[in-house]
Amino acid sequence: MAPLFRRRANSLAVVILVGILALLVAISVFAYVVYRSPYQTDVGYAPEQPVPFSHQHHVGGLGLDCRYCHSGVETSDFAGIPPTLTCMTCHSQEWTNAEMLAPVRQSLTTETPLSWTRVHDLADYVYFSHRAHVNNGVGCESCHGRVDKMPMTVQKAPLTMKWCLSCHRNPAPNLRPLDEITSMGYSPATDGASGQMLMQRYRIHPDTLKECATCHR
Amino acid sequence: MTRLARPCIAALLALSMTLSIAACDQPHMEDQAKYETFEAAPEWADDQSALTPVPGSVARDARLGPVPDELPMPLTAELLERGRERFNIYCSPCHARTGSGHGMVVQRGFPQPPTFHSERLRQAPLRHFYDVISDGFGVMYAYRDRVAPEDRWAIAAYIRALQLARHASLADVPADVRQRLKRGDATKVTP
Ligand code: HEC
Ligand code: HEC
Ligand code: HEC
Ligand code: HEC
Ligand code: HEC
Ligand code: HEC
Repeated sequence: MAPLFRRRANSLAVVILVGILALLVAISVFAYVVYRSPYQTDVGYAPEQPVPFSHQHHVGGLGLDCRYCHSGVETSDFAGIPPTLTCMTCHSQEWTNAEMLAPVRQSLTTETPLSWTRVHDLADYVYFSHRAHVNNGVGCESCHGRVDKMPMTVQKAPLTMKWCLSCHRNPAPNLRPLDEITSMGYSPATDGASGQMLMQRYRIHPDTLKECATCHR
Repeated sequence: MTRLARPCIAALLALSMTLSIAACDQPHMEDQAKYETFEAAPEWADDQSALTPVPGSVARDARLGPVPDELPMPLTAELLERGRERFNIYCSPCHARTGSGHGMVVQRGFPQPPTFHSERLRQAPLRHFYDVISDGFGVMYAYRDRVAPEDRWAIAAYIRALQLARHASLADVPADVRQRLKRGDATKVTP
């Protein structure tokens, strides 16, 4: 009887086995790349808003400080989204007939808040606090990018655990003096005080920053 | 063959159990059944989880006594520094960093506020600035929701410093700094 398998089958088996392994590796690499791609992490996400509010005009153009509107950022975990009255401190006199601002005026007369769509949204099992960062030398720009150049608010950082840890492992190069926290275009590496000095001034101990319970509590 | 059947069935069972655990979709931990700050809450008042406080609510740490007429804290460099920071955030868009009233928003058409360097406002007590920040003034809205009482005093003290600075003469400057001012490198004088 002729042999069921030819001699060639030996090498064919090896090729098939290696091929399957290579395919598995390729699939996992592809899956990982997709999983960490902007498509999954939402980098570049810029949702439609009820009013086409532009940070570029208000921060870049008028030079407003972030805290004029996000006034809770230094005192609470939540940065705060400005209430209608904050817009009206200026728009009671500025651009009072603009069609674009009709929802703001309507919100004031009917006393119903504007419902902005969240841009950044961490998973609910992660604890995050603005107060902890903003009072310890981490500037808005380090996490939110050049907000003063955004006509539409857009997410710039992936907000993955890897991203948080890349800074928590070594915060020094990202630290700024307190009066530069809301500045845009400041470079912690080349401008102002050195990172090591600021680490001491803010008394930052990187050991606890890597513990799971810092962010998952 | 029967000798192998039992371990085989056991192994299959174990495998299917592990697989079924893995396949079990975790209830979404990213979006838990709780309201985050300002999250929409259908069927609550205005569909929002952040409720408006009942009229007459008092903040837990609010000081309830009457507002003092004079600065209630010692006048320190830190207080002025705090006042400078807060003034530049909340007031300078209209009143300008110098208090002249030519801020960026005014340049874009907002009614111009009076300068802080007029005789009337130079004579005004600090309490006047405190009250304007708390309650607003004419077309200027109140800033009580964003500027805490201590910060209002800090801003008032800083406005006074701005007013004094506008009318300062060389004789008010300490002797060592005066030399540098005369040489013209004034930028190095400000700390
Ligand atoms: C004139 C008021 C105003 C100022 C000043 C301002 N913002 Fe905003 N900001 C808003 C409003 C309104 C929204 C909500 C609408 C939106 O997302 O565009 C917002 C949204 C944001 C968001 C996205 C929030 C989310 O939904 O995830 C970030 C981040 C942000 N601002 C950062 C900043 C930074 C940093 C500065 C200072 C450089 C700043 N803002 C200054 C009014 C302001
Ligand atoms: C400190 C004053 C100030 C505040 C506070 C402010 N605005 Fe404005 N806004 C302006 C000025 C001034 C302009 C005109 C812009 C220009 O001329 O470049 C403007 C323009 C706009 C426009 C017209 C389109 C554009 O961007 O040029 C929109 C829309 C707008 N603001 C929305 C808002 C909303 C929403 C808020 C509240 C979160 C707000 N503004 C708060 C001063 C302000
Ligand atoms: C260490 C990084 C980091 C820094 C620094 C930072 N933010 Fe954020 N910010 C975040 C993250 C992460 C979120 C999303 C929070 C969530 O989903 O709970 C966020 C959300 C926000 C929001 C939406 C409201 C909220 O709190 O969820 C605003 C507005 C905002 N940031 C403004 C600012 C401003 C203004 C500054 C500077 C004064 C600042 N942020 C500094 C990381 C940062
Ligand atoms: C650019 C640097 C940077 C990034 C990015 C960053 N952090 Fe931080 N984080 C810090 C620094 C600096 C501190 C202050 C440490 C201290 O208080 O000693 C801190 C403190 C914290 C604290 C408070 C720790 C405590 O002991 O109270 C939490 C919680 C936290 N970070 C969570 C996060 C999360 C979640 C992210 C990602 C979404 C993140 N951080 C991204 C630099 C960063
Ligand atoms: C600096 C903050 C921080 C620290 C410290 C941290 N995590 Fe995370 N972790 C995050 C963030 C942010 C996410 C959300 C990631 C995302 O949405 O992709 C996360 C997600 C996770 C997830 C879910 C992963 C997924 O893809 O679904 C697990 C599991 C986890 N962390 C475990 C840990 C463990 C274990 C530790 C300690 C060794 C730890 N984390 C420390 C910030 C942190
Ligand atoms: C949006 C622009 C704007 C901002 C921001 C603003 N003001 Fe005013 N302010 C005005 C205008 C306009 C007037 C004149 C009002 C009138 O006469 O109707 C005024 C008037 C005043 C006066 C004069 C009162 C008098 O007796 O004549 C004082 C004092 C004052 N503001 C203090 C402040 C302080 C302190 C801040 C910061 C917390 C501030 N303002 C922020 C626009 C502004």
